[in-house]
Amino acid sequence: MIRTSTGHKNARRLRTLGTVAAAAAPGAAFADWQIFHPPPVTPVGADIIVLHLFIFWICVAIFFGVFGVMFYSLWRHRKSVGHQAVQFHENTMVEIVWTVVPFLILLFMAFPATRTILTMHDTSSPDMTIKVTGYQWKWNYDYLQEGFGYYSNLTTPIAQIENREPKGPNYLLEVDNPLVVPIDTKIRVLITAGDVIHAWWVPAFGVKQDAIPGFVRDTWFKAEKVGIYRGQCAELCGKEHGFMPVVVEVKSKDDYVKWVAEQKQKLAAAADDPNKQWDLKDLVARGEKVYAANCTACHQANGKGVPPAFPPLDGSKVATGPKAAHIDTVLNGVVRDGKPTAMVGWKQLSDTDLAGVVTYERNAWGNHTGDVIQPSEIKAARK
Amino acid sequence: MSSVPHDHAVPHDDHGYAHHPSGLMRWITTTNHKDIGTLYLWFSFTMFIVGGMMAMTIRAELFKPGLQIVHPEFFNSMTTLHGLIMVFGALMPGAVGFANWMIPLQIGAPDMAFARMNNWSFWLLPPAGFLLILSLFVPGGAAAAGWTLYPPLTVQAGMGMDLTIFAIHIMGASSIMGSINIITTILNLRAPGMTLMKMPLFCWAWLITAYLLIAVMPVLAGAVTMLLTDRHFGTSFFNAAGGGDPVLFQHVFWFFGHPEVYIIILPAFGIISEIIPTFSRKPLFGYASMVYALSAIAILSFIVWAHHMFTTGLPTAGILFYMYATMLIAVPTGVKVFNWLATMWKGSITLEAPMLFAIGFLFLFTLGGFTGLVCSIQPIDVQLQDSYYVVAHFHYVMVAGTLFAFFGGAYYWLPKWTGHMYDEKLAQIHFWISFVFFNITFFPMHFLGLAGMPRRVPDYAQQFADWNMVASIGAFGFGLSNFLFLYVVIKCIRGGPKAPAKPWEGGSTLEWTVPSPAPYHTFETPPVVR
Repeated sequence: MIRTSTGHKNARRLRTLGTVAAAAAPGAAFADWQIFHPPPVTPVGADIIVLHLFIFWICVAIFFGVFGVMFYSLWRHRKSVGHQAVQFHENTMVEIVWTVVPFLILLFMAFPATRTILTMHDTSSPDMTIKVTGYQWKWNYDYLQEGFGYYSNLTTPIAQIENREPKGPNYLLEVDNPLVVPIDTKIRVLITAGDVIHAWWVPAFGVKQDAIPGFVRDTWFKAEKVGIYRGQCAELCGKEHGFMPVVVEVKSKDDYVKWVAEQKQKLAAAADDPNKQWDLKDLVARGEKVYAANCTACHQANGKGVPPAFPPLDGSKVATGPKAAHIDTVLNGVVRDGKPTAMVGWKQLSDTDLAGVVTYERNAWGNHTGDVIQPSEIKAARK
Repeated sequence: MSSVPHDHAVPHDDHGYAHHPSGLMRWITTTNHKDIGTLYLWFSFTMFIVGGMMAMTIRAELFKPGLQIVHPEFFNSMTTLHGLIMVFGALMPGAVGFANWMIPLQIGAPDMAFARMNNWSFWLLPPAGFLLILSLFVPGGAAAAGWTLYPPLTVQAGMGMDLTIFAIHIMGASSIMGSINIITTILNLRAPGMTLMKMPLFCWAWLITAYLLIAVMPVLAGAVTMLLTDRHFGTSFFNAAGGGDPVLFQHVFWFFGHPEVYIIILPAFGIISEIIPTFSRKPLFGYASMVYALSAIAILSFIVWAHHMFTTGLPTAGILFYMYATMLIAVPTGVKVFNWLATMWKGSITLEAPMLFAIGFLFLFTLGGFTGLVCSIQPIDVQLQDSYYVVAHFHYVMVAGTLFAFFGGAYYWLPKWTGHMYDEKLAQIHFWISFVFFNITFFPMHFLGLAGMPRRVPDYAQQFADWNMVASIGAFGFGLSNFLFLYVVIKCIRGGPKAPAKPWEGGSTLEWTVPSPAPYHTFETPPVVR
């Protein structure tokens, strides 16, 4: 089984479904000798198990019927017990019955299966979308709406794989950066691959989708229990196919929001060292790019603006006056008569980007203040 | 007397003519359906042992978690070659071996229709098998992308992949020639009075199989040729960057691959349909409905292929279509199982080795049918696809299905082939060892798959350790049991009680009217069937 921190709750849930799955649900330790699906944590995962048990019990009933007949025949109709063969054959009625009855049983099975399929494939109106990309041999998770992403690599040490160290509890099912998702949220997963075909499989979610290079497929899940769920790549993708696990951490909504904020901060922090001391040339070069991306639409590449709506920066009082006022304008925007103006604040840019763009504006075109604004000054100005 | 002209100056024995070369040249130049059948069967068994050794390597590596014996890439080559060799080297040639031996004997024909082509279609096989084995020793190693050869992974592979592609081409050519031969023989060389609907069911099964082969082997050849040109000649059939689609290969491959499954199982159905009536001392319950069921299975096999691709992201309507079509296969398959049971019902059953294997087949194949039904339900298959459950499922139908039928068929016809009775006691021991160890090997794989173990992995998480160890122990036992079979066969060839023309009381087909061993040439004067 794929171990979760909420195994007991899930086991209870399954028992309430009146299934035999409870027998296979995990105990406190490793579920050795497991014989059935891991406990589901999504509605689709639960549907699959109900459906499976439904089909399973029908098959069991047919099995005992058919082989009951066979073993009775083997016991009673043997030559060694003196049974004489009765030379009958062909009976149209019997043959029609054993064609039509299985057909009806199949219809009986197809109905709930169809319902589940329609649910599973309804990826409409998701609460959030994550892009998953398979590579040889790791996963990449992209939070499209949040604007960050990262790779997820196996962390099991090679010494454990080569039997030089005892194996850990999550041997081969542990990664550096798991996919983190909020609970009770319909998450649409866009899946593709960068090299060969992989398949993203989380048994507890009832989700398996091939990742096909050059094409984007989608699936969805809505996890209902907080915990860590483990799966693996399910499509042979080369040498390390057995060594690219899928780990998903389901967090409460609050924890998830905190986690996203942390990720963004980390991302910004990782991008540039905020304490680095920049020289004029580098900052101007950086700032030119930031300016081109964010400022030229209004203030124009030549800094002349489009007066009167968008004032020029070339030779402006702000860009050639005190540093603090300039930084404040860029960071917080311009508010006139208590109303925001077209000049909005740019707090979402990183300290380094802002330091760059302010430095650039003070040293471009006809402005030659020679000022160098360090990221630390931006950081200090953020309040 | 015979209307076939022959050289009276050459001395000859009672039955056959001694004008064929002896020693090795006899086997290389032979055009005799019995010789060629024997060659096919020995080739099949040899490849079965080679593929079996690869299975043993796989199970030895998976005995415990961690990497012990082989590197992951070699492990992948083992799973790939095991699949290719068992399918194309062991099961298919084995079925053709039975066809060569038994079809002319069962329809009262003197030989196969195209005797020289028959020789050629066999002798293509050893080079193809050699290429596959050779590929292990070339730079870059053998193909390691699974027997399904999915690109783009196969496009990355070394020259071992090219050898595999050529081997598949050659085996495909051999299969197509074999099929043409079988169809022509059955349609043209039946004894007077033997209408199609009087033909033994084994011949019917093979007639339908041969049509399937002719329909789908060229499709496979096309698929692997596109792979070859993608690899070496800059085409982009399966490369999205060049406007192709990797999933196109899967569609083409499985359009071959699903009928291929029935190509492997239908001859086994045929063998079982001969054995059960014989040992129940009763005619087959519903001959006509068995023929219709075979045909229905064959036709359905062409419209279900995408159930192998349920997780590739098919449109919902496509999934529903392929699921319903796949479920429908249960109907004709059920008809066959019910017919076999009805044949046994109120019979006068004896349990010699062929019958034991037939009952083992019936029992385990039906289990494989149930797991097939479970897999056909797409939402369940999303969990099971590419997991060990699927490995368990297809080994129940391929091994306990086809292979058990072949063992049963071999024991059934060994007296006719060799003129000696095989050692019944050892044969029954062989059955029970096979039956027990087969289940120890493959039954736990259902559990592994359900618990979440993917297939084709050289190492696994610790919660899968217990059942894997059980499966490996079973596999070693099952592997060894085949040497007992080999021993029984060799013992039977070398001697044993003299077999009468009809060693089985319930035998009713034409092969039991010729002496045992079957003379080198039979039915030179066609028998008349009433």
